[in-house]
Amino acid sequence: MSSATTEEVIDYSVTPPLVEGNPSLAKINDSIALPTERWPSKKYFAALSVTLTMLLIGAVALGYTLYYGIGMWGNNIPVGWAFDITNFVFWIGIGHAGTLISAILFLFRQRWRTGIARAAEAMTIFAVMCAGIFPLIHLGRPWYALFIIPVPNQHGLWVNWNSPLVWDVFAVSTYFTVSLMFWYIGLIPDLAMMRDRTTSKVKKMIYSILSLGWRHANRQWQHYEKVYVILAGLATPLVLSVHSIVSFDFAVSILPGWHTTIFPPYFVAGAIFSGFGMVLTVLIIIRKVFNLEYIITKDHLDKMAKVTLLTSMMVAYAYLMEPFIAWYSGSPFDWYTVVARATGHYAIGFWVMIACNVLIPQLLWSKKVRRNVAVLFVISLLINVGMWLERYIIIVTSLYRDFLPSSWHIYTPTIFDFGILIGVFGLFFTLVLLFSRTLPVVSMSELKGVTEGAHPHHNFGAGHE
Amino acid sequence: MSEKRLYGLAAIFDTPEKVVAAARAVAGRGFTKYDSYSSYPIHGLDSAMRLKRTRIPFVTLVAGLSGAVLLVLFTWWTNSVDFPLAIGGKPYFAWPDYVPLMFEMTVLFGAVSTVIALLVVWLKLPRNSHPLHDTEFMKKVSKDKFGICIESDDPGFNETETRRFLEDLGAESVDSVYDEPVDISLKQKVLDPKFIAAIVVVAVVSSATTYLALNKMLLIRPWSSLNAQFKVNPESRSRFYSDGIGMRPPVTGTVARGHLPDPITVSDNLAAAEKYLVNPVLPSPHVMEVGQRDFNTYCSPCHGYFADGNSRLQGQFPSPPSLHTDSLRLAPDGLYYNVITNGFQGVMPSYARQIPRKERWAIVWYIRALQKAQNPNGPEAK
Repeated sequence: MSSATTEEVIDYSVTPPLVEGNPSLAKINDSIALPTERWPSKKYFAALSVTLTMLLIGAVALGYTLYYGIGMWGNNIPVGWAFDITNFVFWIGIGHAGTLISAILFLFRQRWRTGIARAAEAMTIFAVMCAGIFPLIHLGRPWYALFIIPVPNQHGLWVNWNSPLVWDVFAVSTYFTVSLMFWYIGLIPDLAMMRDRTTSKVKKMIYSILSLGWRHANRQWQHYEKVYVILAGLATPLVLSVHSIVSFDFAVSILPGWHTTIFPPYFVAGAIFSGFGMVLTVLIIIRKVFNLEYIITKDHLDKMAKVTLLTSMMVAYAYLMEPFIAWYSGSPFDWYTVVARATGHYAIGFWVMIACNVLIPQLLWSKKVRRNVAVLFVISLLINVGMWLERYIIIVTSLYRDFLPSSWHIYTPTIFDFGILIGVFGLFFTLVLLFSRTLPVVSMSELKGVTEGAHPHHNFGAGHE
Repeated sequence: MSEKRLYGLAAIFDTPEKVVAAARAVAGRGFTKYDSYSSYPIHGLDSAMRLKRTRIPFVTLVAGLSGAVLLVLFTWWTNSVDFPLAIGGKPYFAWPDYVPLMFEMTVLFGAVSTVIALLVVWLKLPRNSHPLHDTEFMKKVSKDKFGICIESDDPGFNETETRRFLEDLGAESVDSVYDEPVDISLKQKVLDPKFIAAIVVVAVVSSATTYLALNKMLLIRPWSSLNAQFKVNPESRSRFYSDGIGMRPPVTGTVARGHLPDPITVSDNLAAAEKYLVNPVLPSPHVMEVGQRDFNTYCSPCHGYFADGNSRLQGQFPSPPSLHTDSLRLAPDGLYYNVITNGFQGVMPSYARQIPRKERWAIVWYIRALQKAQNPNGPEAK
């Protein structure tokens, strides 16, 4: 057992280098800025045409919805929420992994995050933008959305501060604002680097405006670093609060299947789980398309897969706890909802959800699976499917069988529901593609800071300060 | 044009070790107006440059706390003072409900203020006119080199000496950076034709857009959907019913609530009917109040407040008789009821539509009270 010659043998006794091959600082600049400076490949345009087609389908479906009203959807009383709020909760959840990677892992000094944080934060912002569409359009008359904002108006009315729906608006808009600032602050030094290397006059002007005239000066870095820590510290509890508040939309009601105290932690765990699924999907595509395998390494994917596995177990715990509490509470309505979920009209969705969220992630116990990019990609897609179904099951199966049998109703989505669903995925991936073409997908300044020899007398791999 | 001026000397170093050592030496030499440059934050550079800890966290603390406090004040004022909102028997100031938003506002205010404080107050950005911009020095630093720039404003600065000092520290190259201020004329030219043309274009475009938005766009769907509802609008033809009338006449014999038809009408034998009618309403303070209110509203304009015919409209209409004559005092309750219901000889109209039946009987009680009050020993007392 002396020599290990196979390529996939990893010595876990030493921390693997965060950036493979120890590239020079100039090479980092070159390779990360390359996608923004080169005319994109045919593959890129092929991908963009697919996402733009999806976006167009969504735009048509949304146009019909706005013109004729939300009667175009399958929603009807008692199933007043269906695809709309499912998509909202799903996309908000997707965003959470981005903040987790950029803020929480930053606070825990998990320096492997540098390779993936920028893309994950961008994903957060795009996901929250996608999510924000749904509360607006589910109003039916979206121009009345401003009624939820407490501004003086001719009715002399204010909002009802006791309502979780008001909290939701505040939480999501705060989350979007803080995520955007966090992302932008991280981008400023990189934008300055882009400004200094570009030869195009127009690009230089744009980068100069966006980088605000950053000078890479240490008297700037000194304050900048502190602010970055503060923002990470603020974003960390924020991300936990946002999905808790989203879950209050359900948990504060009295509907069986919604009225449970496990919802806030359950939603947060589910959000991180689904978000990591989406981060894996997006990053596997980005590292492949832009040849960033040595920056977004298999070690990154391995670690993300471990977080995914952990959160999958947390979600599984919630799946177990829900029926247990329904049974233990002795409430026949609660128990009936559990039974109707597992055996009723939407039973297929329920069991697919269990398979995708609980059973399939168990494959990630195996190191071979975690380091097999193709398998990991498929698993991440299945997790996305499973987590979308989770929200669908929570919302629809609680509503379609409520207290009064006379109001029971089977919900069937229409072509417009699916159109908007496709469209919002199109929007998300279009934004991801545009982002990866226009801005550095990896933080150059942070990546430089974790290469070997970046700091004087710095023993690589050991902690500092 | 002002002359170009030496801003400072910019030295390039090729490793982080060298730049940290150089920064320590520059600080040790007593320079204060200098800065180190690198495209990522280098650990140990702050202490080498002898920089003090940043005070930005205080901004976050104060702004975050004020966010929470302002939220509480705002929720309290809106839901307890300005428009008290009763929700499910909860107190107006239901503070546990505000806790999630207190947290959100702490984060929002803290984060926004911190970022603004960093960019605007501490770093004085945006500033794209710094002399170091667009120099070879900045391009190198931005890529893979490290730099130190000592400003000429520093009291210890001497071009040749400082250059040698930097070269001795192991600098790869030392460049002079010049400040070339751009002469921007701040003189206002209000009557400049270009400016006037721009104003006119802006005015025309903005008013046209406003006009189109308010007068055209709002009248097309979906914004007009409030006007395009499937309902019967007044003075419009119904497309649902064949006769075009949207408001359907009620089924024959339909009676409105509280408006059962009277058992007697003018065509009946009045005198006979009046005799058999008994006031079905028992007198009570409330009945008397209702009677007084209705009498003052409907009867007093002609009959006067005391039913004596001395009224506000006296002389403009045929004066009604005083109700205090002996014959009227002796008349049965049914007479009064009948007259209110059906009117009297074409002079007094029917009040059946205005006054519900029970209230007519209450008026009768009030008239009786007025008669007693005017003359306690009237003929009916005997």
